[in-house]
Amino acid sequence: MIKNPVKKLSLAPIAYYWDKATVQTFYRQVAESPVDIVYLGEITCSKRRALSLADWLQIARDLTAAGKQVVLSTLALVEAASELSVMTKICQQNDFLVEANDMSAVQLCSHAENSNFVAGSSLNIYNQRSLDKLKSLGLHRWVLPLEHNQQAVADFNLEGVEVELMAWGRLSLAYSARCFTARTHNRTKDQCGFVCDQYPDGLSLQTQENDNFLVLNGIQTQSGTVQNLIEAVNDEHIDILRIAPQQNHFSKIIELFDAVRNGQKTPAEATQQLAECSLTGTSNGYWHKQAGKDYISAQNHA
Amino acid sequence: MELVCPAGNLPSLKAAVKAGADAVYMGLQNATNARHFAGLNFTEKQMTQGIEFAQSRGCKVFLAVNTYPYCHDLPTWQLAVDTAAELKVDALILADMGVMDYACEKHPDLNIHLSVQGSATSAAAVNFFAEQFNIKRAVIPRVLSIKQVAHLVNNSLVPIEVFGFGSLCVMVEGRCLLSSYATGLGPNNHGACSPAEFVEWKNTDNHLETRLNGILIDQVPKDESVGYPVICKGRYRVNDQIGYAIEEPTSLNTLSILADLQAIGVAAVKVEGRQRSPAYVKQVTEVMRAAIDQSMQNPKTYQVSPEWDQTLDNLSEGQQTTLGAYYRKWQ
Repeated sequence: MIKNPVKKLSLAPIAYYWDKATVQTFYRQVAESPVDIVYLGEITCSKRRALSLADWLQIARDLTAAGKQVVLSTLALVEAASELSVMTKICQQNDFLVEANDMSAVQLCSHAENSNFVAGSSLNIYNQRSLDKLKSLGLHRWVLPLEHNQQAVADFNLEGVEVELMAWGRLSLAYSARCFTARTHNRTKDQCGFVCDQYPDGLSLQTQENDNFLVLNGIQTQSGTVQNLIEAVNDEHIDILRIAPQQNHFSKIIELFDAVRNGQKTPAEATQQLAECSLTGTSNGYWHKQAGKDYISAQNHA
Repeated sequence: MELVCPAGNLPSLKAAVKAGADAVYMGLQNATNARHFAGLNFTEKQMTQGIEFAQSRGCKVFLAVNTYPYCHDLPTWQLAVDTAAELKVDALILADMGVMDYACEKHPDLNIHLSVQGSATSAAAVNFFAEQFNIKRAVIPRVLSIKQVAHLVNNSLVPIEVFGFGSLCVMVEGRCLLSSYATGLGPNNHGACSPAEFVEWKNTDNHLETRLNGILIDQVPKDESVGYPVICKGRYRVNDQIGYAIEEPTSLNTLSILADLQAIGVAAVKVEGRQRSPAYVKQVTEVMRAAIDQSMQNPKTYQVSPEWDQTLDNLSEGQQTTLGAYYRKWQ
């Protein structure tokens, strides 16, 4: 039923603002989990400094010692010179692989001594020629852009590229100069008071009919639904299934993905249980060439 | 500082040229550009006429081929590049690396400008495109404060073009999936945000609603007006309060900082609005022309005339304007 080799499981960076103790406890738990690859660092807002780069590197070493492959992730929206200088340090270190979430990071990695990098899902790679260009500059692994459907991915020649798919988590839909969490509290970004720490799973934005449409997370806007693509465990083009950290049900989610990749459960069995791990519904529409918010049940798959 | 104006069709192009644009930008009638709307844009014949009209009057012409083709769509985008080369446009505005790579290889003499859809917000990102694809200019997303723009201009290998007036994208251009999350189609993969076929205006007993693929974006009492349902300008419930959680209907207006933009070395100011009427293009171009001329002649005494402001306010979304991210407190 399951194609070989067994898919790897990766853990996305934490998108929200968690306090230092929570982050450290979380990664101690991750060290014991069956996850293979862990992406670390602040990707949303450079003002969030509960952990310094040194703190992140300590977590990175601990996870490495626990047998995980660690990748340092970079900021998705780069505006300030200070942000570029932190990114330069990350891209120039040689101990860990880097996930480039912006073309700034690609530029810095491609000029570094060890130019291998992971292309994050927010890089716009829509066709073979773009992929080949970045391969020539050191792209080693490709986290698929969220809009890509299964057929569009199958159209690529993916030889020599590890392919990673966002398989569980809210989708990062947009970034802005403006902080929407601060705006909700009638504050500007410069005077935010780190109010996003009140929302460890983001701030829900509902329509006036109370549908959970989006989630505000500082300067980032996420999907209201959690994307569940555990079905991709059977897709021959995918090497790595990515799971996004969330505070509730986390161990359960990892356990279900691990059981499915090892053939102990079918994706359909796990999906039933996974549905309970999202309070705001699940989606898989992009993968099936539909609206991202949609959920196409297994019976209706084309 | 160059004034770059929108040409959604031939009448708009002529209006912009006559009103004093230094350059106009246009798109083809397909998904290769970010204003893929019914009834808009140019056939090849119209492009030829438009280019003739503009260039013979000293106005440059740019062609926007600034969306992202999937593997099997790439030939259509490459054809658009070939057409631009054949018709001798002054520059191509590109976003996709694959399309840029093709343009560099096939037409090395063709000027490439990085589109705002290319999402380059830092000097490192702009310089990536300069080094890899020999771009001659970068148009930057509406996310930087004026200080950050100045820093970018100083550290970029190529001249920088910024947005000066028009509809305000609140999110980083080229990386906004709000429309495709709601409908399947968005700016990157389809060249339009909130495509018309998903938009519904509905009268209920007391309200006028706007919906996008069924999602309620806004509703107003029956006798009020409501804007086009772009997701970032809707009214939603957050923490039990209903309001414009992301941004109000408003337009970007940089008249008050034009002299500053010039002082920090911005190469060109762009007006958004290929989807707007020729009358709109004419009025905005006239105001921006007068303002840039005054700012260039005497930056120290530059002052925004109340008539300019009035004209632009009347043409703005929600009849109001903002400096957007240029002004830190907006952020």
